[in-house]
Amino acid sequence: MSAGQLPRWVDFGLIPAFNLAAAFLVSGLVVLLIGENPIEAVKILIWGSLGYGEGIGFTLFNATNFIFTGLAVAVAFHAGLFNIGGEGQAYVGGLGVALACLALDRYVPWWVTLPFAVLGGALFGAAWAFIPAWLQAKRGSHVVITTIMFNFIGAALMGYLLVDVLVKPGSMQPETRTFEEGGRLPLLNALLPGDFFGTSQVNLALIIALIACVFVWALIWRTRLGYEIRTFGANPAAAVYAGISPVRITIITMMISGGLAGLMAINEIMGAQNRLLLEFVSGYGFVGIAVALMGRAHPIGIVLSAILFGMLYQGGAELSFEMPAITRDMIVVIQGLVILFAGALEYMFRPALVQIFSFARTPATQAV
Amino acid sequence: MFDILTLDSMVRVSAPLILACLAGLYSERSGVVDIGLEGKMLGAAFGAGAIAYLTANAWLGLLAGIAVAVVLALIHGFASITNRGNQIVSGVAINFLALGLTALLGQTWFRQGGRTPPLPEGGRFGSIELPFATEFANVPIVGQIYSELISGHNILVYIAFAMVPLTWWILFRTRFGLRLRAVGENPAAVDTAGISVTWLRYRAVIACGILCGVAGSYLSIAQSSGFIRDMAAGRGYIALAALIFAKWKPGNAMWACLLFGLLDAWAFRLQGQEIPGIGQVPVQFFQALPYILTVILLAGFIGKAIPPKASGEPYLKERT
Repeated sequence: MSAGQLPRWVDFGLIPAFNLAAAFLVSGLVVLLIGENPIEAVKILIWGSLGYGEGIGFTLFNATNFIFTGLAVAVAFHAGLFNIGGEGQAYVGGLGVALACLALDRYVPWWVTLPFAVLGGALFGAAWAFIPAWLQAKRGSHVVITTIMFNFIGAALMGYLLVDVLVKPGSMQPETRTFEEGGRLPLLNALLPGDFFGTSQVNLALIIALIACVFVWALIWRTRLGYEIRTFGANPAAAVYAGISPVRITIITMMISGGLAGLMAINEIMGAQNRLLLEFVSGYGFVGIAVALMGRAHPIGIVLSAILFGMLYQGGAELSFEMPAITRDMIVVIQGLVILFAGALEYMFRPALVQIFSFARTPATQAV
Repeated sequence: MFDILTLDSMVRVSAPLILACLAGLYSERSGVVDIGLEGKMLGAAFGAGAIAYLTANAWLGLLAGIAVAVVLALIHGFASITNRGNQIVSGVAINFLALGLTALLGQTWFRQGGRTPPLPEGGRFGSIELPFATEFANVPIVGQIYSELISGHNILVYIAFAMVPLTWWILFRTRFGLRLRAVGENPAAVDTAGISVTWLRYRAVIACGILCGVAGSYLSIAQSSGFIRDMAAGRGYIALAALIFAKWKPGNAMWACLLFGLLDAWAFRLQGQEIPGIGQVPVQFFQALPYILTVILLAGFIGKAIPPKASGEPYLKERT
């Protein structure tokens, strides 16, 4: 089952397409099971997410979150690390973004606040990834387990801060005060002529997400550090032999990964909610795993799969409105199926395809 | 801090943790990492709640819970053993699937916002009075412990605690257990001895499913009366932490779960209260403590937690 048995377009195009089709097929069966028409559901889902400007806006807004968390998982993948702590890193990153906004929003315009917020989100997210990274690099504890633990520790920490420390005085809601103009990213609808995106929350963070994609591409494929990261991921022993420090790569990669996850808060906190609130990450961090898997850990793939998941979120909201029997939980089911088929059952169709393609090639090469 | 009431709630909180923790133990000792304990518990809680409501029979509910968890476990097995997929990813998928499907089907079938209706008479495991519990109640300490701490739980609590020595015996005193542990350390050696790695791991995964099934059923038809959304509420992850904290040993697993159960009981009891000398401790601190302790342990500051050697690695019989 090594790479190279199949043409690249099969590995990177056909297999993901098959996996996705299988996931959607099973999703369709679930829709049938609860007594609705899957074809009708797909129509509503596509119309709801792509059929009109506002729907597209919400799709892109969700996609922005997924790009950040997907990139976070992908960067770690390249070093052979599995960062499943995106959820916690994004949550704590929200603290960094919110602190920057709360400190500056009353005094300066948003474009002065933005760099500090970006820095805050990235730093706090990176800090939350640092401890698991350090523990893996220095003490040999597995990063998967420690990042899970840190998701929960982060949730408890943020819960405490929001309930007891940062809460708006006199309020019972566990959330900070709403940011003033200086702490709000402009919506794309306000920047573009016309009223294309309507009331959707898609904002400037989308551009930052795309910049982050370019950054990740350049980092992984065009820098010395990226080369070291990929080498370490492909063969840690060879990397050490080549003089690459595993401690350094593990810690730096995980911190970049955590920083990217933390930037998700730019979109959600500074771009949309304009305040820090409980549980704002709500699964985006975990779904980032699916986004990275489907996108094959490449920025272009991640943008595409982020848009797909953004469509699912937005179309799913529309769907639960149009077909009340299909609640928003259906989206969670679809995500689960996509993660299962595109991730865990990644190789299910591969042996069959290898047979088909080697059979097709045999006469030409006279081999095997 | 250690009065009978607190200890009693510790026992009740710990029971599902012990079951889930032992479930993870079978799976991980065989080399299959399982972060899907949470999802399997949740699925089982739903299955048990639904069937116990429909049949008014707690035992049928338990069977349904076990069946759901075993099916989810087999999906995990199919992905990670047969297809050699990534076990972490598969576990995440199981958790998502269980979370979504239970809420979706719950709403479709019962139309109560994703919960199952309250259980009828007989649909729930009641508490069991051990013999002479009332007679001994007045005997100081020993009698009190017997009548209030040990007696008066539902059957699944006793099953949970009975599973601890049983699991130890299975893993360390039977041929199956020896092979199970071997396959988690060195599958190639087991394969060379002519024993099927795949079948062994499947059996381990099924055992994991059965125990998760009991754990989940406990939540919906013993501890409470019916299923509610996201009922497992992170217990699967606490059990996973306990498993690591216990260094993958059954006896330790029980103590780790009791410790985490005690922390939970404290968090509940101490909410808004002052601890002398320390002041008010935020409830979130107790919630985070199991994870913090596990991280400290993982960091090697208190002992060292070394997982089974082949855990997380799919076994490939022949290299091509």
